Amino acid sequence: MADMIPVPERMKMSQRPMPEQDPKKRTRNFDEVPLGYKKGDAIYEAQRCLQCDPPPCVGGCPAEIHIPQFIRKIVEEDFASAYLEILKTNNLPAMCGRVCPQEEQCQRVCVYNKMGKPITIGRLERFVSDWARKQDTKEKLPEIKKKRKLVAVVGSGPAGLTCAADLAKMGYDVTIFEALHKPGGVLTYGIPEFRLPKRIVESEVDKIKELGVKVVTDFVVGLTKGVDELGEEFDAIFLANGAGAPQFMHIPGENLNDVYSANEFLTRSNLMKAYKFPEFDTPIKVGKKVVVIGAGNVAMDAARTALRLGAKEVRVVYRRTKEEAPARVEEIAHAEEEGIVFDFLTLPVRILGDEKGNVTGMECIKMQLGEPDESGRRKPLPIEGSNFIMQVDMVVNAIGTTANPIVARSATSVQTNKRGYFMVDEKTRATSREGIFAGGDITRGSATVISAIGDGKKAARAIDSYLSSGGSLRKKTPT
Amino acid sequence: MPKIITKREIAPNIISLKVTAPLIAKRVKPGQFIILMTDERGERIPLTIADYDRENGWIRIVFQVVGKTTAQLSQMNEGDELFSLVGPLGNPSKISNYGTVVTVGGGTGIACVYPITRALKEAGNRVIAIIGAKTKDLIIMEEEMRKASSELLITTDDGSYVRKGFVTEVLDEVLRREEDVKKVWVIGPAPMMKAACEVTKPYQVEMIVSLNAIMVDGTGMCGSCRVTVGGETKFVCVDGPEFNGHLVDWPEFMNRLARYGRQEKLSFEPHEKSYGEKNG
Repeated sequence: MADMIPVPERMKMSQRPMPEQDPKKRTRNFDEVPLGYKKGDAIYEAQRCLQCDPPPCVGGCPAEIHIPQFIRKIVEEDFASAYLEILKTNNLPAMCGRVCPQEEQCQRVCVYNKMGKPITIGRLERFVSDWARKQDTKEKLPEIKKKRKLVAVVGSGPAGLTCAADLAKMGYDVTIFEALHKPGGVLTYGIPEFRLPKRIVESEVDKIKELGVKVVTDFVVGLTKGVDELGEEFDAIFLANGAGAPQFMHIPGENLNDVYSANEFLTRSNLMKAYKFPEFDTPIKVGKKVVVIGAGNVAMDAARTALRLGAKEVRVVYRRTKEEAPARVEEIAHAEEEGIVFDFLTLPVRILGDEKGNVTGMECIKMQLGEPDESGRRKPLPIEGSNFIMQVDMVVNAIGTTANPIVARSATSVQTNKRGYFMVDEKTRATSREGIFAGGDITRGSATVISAIGDGKKAARAIDSYLSSGGSLRKKTPT
Repeated sequence: MPKIITKREIAPNIISLKVTAPLIAKRVKPGQFIILMTDERGERIPLTIADYDRENGWIRIVFQVVGKTTAQLSQMNEGDELFSLVGPLGNPSKISNYGTVVTVGGGTGIACVYPITRALKEAGNRVIAIIGAKTKDLIIMEEEMRKASSELLITTDDGSYVRKGFVTEVLDEVLRREEDVKKVWVIGPAPMMKAACEVTKPYQVEMIVSLNAIMVDGTGMCGSCRVTVGGETKFVCVDGPEFNGHLVDWPEFMNRLARYGRQEKLSFEPHEKSYGEKNG
């Protein structure tokens, strides 16, 4: 076991970088880019931790992970205990360790952050969960009395999986309904293999199934059965069906053949494995010169996927500047390293095509920043007469999503706001209808995996207190 | 798992399957569709539900072998299970007692128009049904359509059965002869639906088409199936599949249908070859 290093020396230690696949090589494969810490890296990094009490990092974690405790176990080289410590509050550690924006959460409030070298909590979480997966470490759950209460969870993304797992651990009988043929939601259809390998999603979903959670795929709540009907069969319902519908810019040429929504492009590649066409049957097209509109994480995923599918040139256009780009700093850096070109302060106004529907170019206008708008960011304004034609033959639209109305339409008395998102109590995730709770992107618009996990946890607690105090949807008829 | 309970080749290369799907059978209404996958590596393809039995929990689909997925589906047998089946998707047809209505089915579109025809007649309409195909052998579901309609008119492109001519010609004659047709449903290949829209335009009759767009999820998530209708972008899967045919941007729709032509060929050819080797 490694000894605890004296604090002054600990504070002199530098942050341990994580090895990554070489940018030149990785643009030709779909393998994971960051390679993960080795045992020695993890122990070194864990030794830096000051074990603050109270720990600020925990307050920054929506999944409420006992961060200093698990890091301490790494120092002690007791990785199994470290893993079990994480699992006490987070059911999806291998995923969170990879895709959480730790720099905005736990690491942001780490005392080392002021020195620019926060503990790399995400990398440590990833190391521990990868180690546990290889060792097949099992969680030993205390014997709990099964509660004869049924909970339906709509959607098997991060919010749904988390809520289901937490409730199953409390003894509830939980069934997840998933519209697609594979569980995981955005983790499966949205985030690419090179950022989140699908075997990791599968393994974490399998662990949740081992807790007794049933997962019904190919079941579109709202069409196969409505929320109201589920209410007749279940005592409580958690709606976590995701943001769903892709947004378009409503500019001419948007329905040309080689204009994709990021959702379609990524779903074909990730869920349907079109990047392995024709070994897998679903086709995907990629142009020689691809442009992605938008600068969020989804835009980075689409741009980097296009590159790996063989595009010669990939550009990202965004109407604001790099400062305002919503993508993680790390994702933009990865995209830049791979040779993706960014055109900031650029707004597409028209996509050009030929009579067969092929894209031949995209007309853009240059922007400049004006006064701050309601979001507090400086408003981009077009520079008159600065229009130019960008030579591209494929466009991927990654400007965000809106609420898909299918679930809401089948849920009497569950109120949505004017954008179609379910309205909830921030703390309990309760909707306007007793016994029905909601979380994740369908309550907040496009957000992060970790905020969805946080919602799932809050909802699980609220559902437990609702059911423990004798509540049940089955007794009620919607008004 | 959805199991194939009966399989019939009802015309050369046109297969009819009954599949167990109690939840879908319970809720489906005419005009809706399903998405299926034959196996884990397969593509998700949409197919209209041609018939259903709520009590016995099955749905019926009818398809022509046109590519790899339909070829694989055609090689599955009674007792086999589909990898994935989801539905009912899309909006149901608006069925009501309108008076006199016309339904038109071309090729496998006949199977799609069948449940709509039946429901319209059950709702009290006088339903004139027109069905057509290239040749006699490809006229499907004639007896079912006769029962489901008030009057059945049949035509073949080559004149090998009943009469020679396209369904659009027969539709034109019906609209000329009938005083007060309230609505026309036309389902078939895109060029046929487009031509039918041109025929019906001068009669100022409400014209409904069911679009067979390329889809992935079929629940409004990907936008693969988008189409311009009356100048607005619509998703076939959640806003359709039925639209006012006179407002559809047909050139754009047909371009988008051909998006993966080259890849589809690439995927189908090796499959045909290996199937030929196995069976030839």
